[in-house]
Amino acid sequence: MVMLHLLLAAAAADPTKGLTAIGRGIVYGGAAIGPGIGIGLVVGNAITAMARQPESAGTVRTTMFLGIAFTEALALFGFVLAFIISG
Amino acid sequence: MSLLGVDVPPVSHVTNWGTGPLGFNKTAAIYIFAALATMVLFYFGTRRKDALVPAGILQNTAESGVGFVRNQVIMQTIGTDGLGYLPYLTALFFFIFFSNITEIIPGVQFPANARFGVPLVFALATWVIYNVVGVVKQGPLHYLKNSVIPPGVPKAILPLVMIIELVSTFVVRPFSLAVRLFANMLAGHLILVTFAVLSAALWAAKPTIVIMPFSFALLVAMTGFEILVSFLQAFIFTILTAVYIGSSMHPDH
Repeated sequence: MVMLHLLLAAAAADPTKGLTAIGRGIVYGGAAIGPGIGIGLVVGNAITAMARQPESAGTVRTTMFLGIAFTEALALFGFVLAFIISG
Repeated sequence: MSLLGVDVPPVSHVTNWGTGPLGFNKTAAIYIFAALATMVLFYFGTRRKDALVPAGILQNTAESGVGFVRNQVIMQTIGTDGLGYLPYLTALFFFIFFSNITEIIPGVQFPANARFGVPLVFALATWVIYNVVGVVKQGPLHYLKNSVIPPGVPKAILPLVMIIELVSTFVVRPFSLAVRLFANMLAGHLILVTFAVLSAALWAAKPTIVIMPFSFALLVAMTGFEILVSFLQAFIFTILTAVYIGSSMHPDH
């Protein structure tokens, strides 16, 4: 509630500030969609592989972290971009 | 300069460090701590050369750290001919881990890698290393050809693939390496700050005090999660460095 009042007060004072905040939210939300699906696919398939062949779990886990790191990079670009945006 | 970590700086401080005397601030202090901790660990942890059975926390940590980087990072990605990079990768891993783990140390509670400068320097160091290794091992023209033209691509889309590979190998790789570490630590720090400030605000306002335990429980849980993230980001930075070096040493055919 406190935050809501603050946001409303800020929006009343300068409407572009509120729009910047909304823009930041859209940028990060949009950038998180693809990597969210991607990380789900990577981890899901890694778990399938580990369940099928438990002796290869070490290799699969290392490769899984690599895959997560590459996929996650796009979401993090969006996260940084959301900070760079200024109204 | 605040060494106690009790202030909440504005978001613009992400790019602007804020300076004390000679530009010294909390971030610099944490980096000096991380460098000293790494040096102390490997200087005093490796003094007892004659002892077959490791003893003491320093020697155990140093030896299992070296073993971890050797078996989980280098042997998985480069192979035995990459063991020459063991000292660099181990030092890199422990330095990044020590400067990350201050995120959850009470009284400091700030990951130094949530500022962009030093991750960028490490990413550029990785960039220089894998390019030099590629040029030395394969020769300049072969290295360029192997990194730009992936094997088994149809001729029709080769120009497009070449541009994508050129940008991704020489521009996006170091940039994403730096951004990954920086943004992960910054995001974790912001989550912890958010729940800490939220807990304090709910504690202060009388009717909302009943929600406060949930916020606090999440703060504790996220603190535990951030220990994992600190370790994981140091590991991922190290293993990606090893993967890039390995791809320069053994190109795909």
